[in-house]
Amino acid sequence: MFVVIGLMILGIAFGRIFRNQNLKATSKLITVLIWILLFLLGIDVGGNDKIMNNLHTIGLEAFIIAAAATLGSITMAKLLWTYINRKKESL
Amino acid sequence: MKGSIIIVSFFIAGVILGTFKIVPPEFSNLELSYFALCALMFCVGVSIGKDPNALQNFKSLNPGIIFLPLMTIIGTLAGAAVISFVLPLRSTAECMAVGSGFGYYSLSSIFITEYKGAELGTIALLSNISREIMTLLLAPLMVRWFGNLSPISAGGATTMDTTLPIITRTAGEKFVIPSIYHGMVVDFTVPFLVTLFCSI
Repeated sequence: MFVVIGLMILGIAFGRIFRNQNLKATSKLITVLIWILLFLLGIDVGGNDKIMNNLHTIGLEAFIIAAAATLGSITMAKLLWTYINRKKESL
Repeated sequence: MKGSIIIVSFFIAGVILGTFKIVPPEFSNLELSYFALCALMFCVGVSIGKDPNALQNFKSLNPGIIFLPLMTIIGTLAGAAVISFVLPLRSTAECMAVGSGFGYYSLSSIFITEYKGAELGTIALLSNISREIMTLLLAPLMVRWFGNLSPISAGGATTMDTTLPIITRTAGEKFVIPSIYHGMVVDFTVPFLVTLFCSI
């Protein structure tokens, strides 16, 4: 699985070297590849009875994780915001 | 917004074709998705590498704001880890892998499907779409209760594109640069953190 990350780093190097070349096609290509991959994921999900029969449970789990992750991140953001403003007042 | 709807439509079209077995199930077992993922990650790399002003705008940042992406990452992972004890079917690492999408639902669900299968991949897709929608809907309340940086943290990896307009409207115009900076840094960590939590 580290091949995939290696390819991204290779891409960064490629992008830096050919920065002056016209690379406008990349963002279009990214969009099309995401379409293809999510379409394939959809086929996988639709053909998988275990997932389709438990879609309500899966949806609920997904929502709970999202809510917890969001709450965790905004709590940390509040800590940083309080800290930044306190530092300003003391100046 | 339009882009997101198109992406989700492709997923739903796939689900419909899969449900009615219009496309044989073997179709998804082909190496096709792995090669497409490899091509995708190379292109993502190129788009990062070619951008010359990627780092230039960030010199004017308030020193404290530099730590905002780190706060987002710690808070998200802590939240996902804690909630995993409430979800009997999911391990802590699985919940943290889903959380590591930071709202970047397309890439995170593709990665997690590749590593952990379609079920967790679907959870990642739905969970990270939910995070983006929560940010879009709740940003005004977040600013009131958790301060001006909170919608940026909530937006995760999406704060340089889809959630940028709502952030500048609720937190203020001066948060445009912090928001773009935050989005780029968090975005960059998604493949690494997802891979990490899928391998433990």
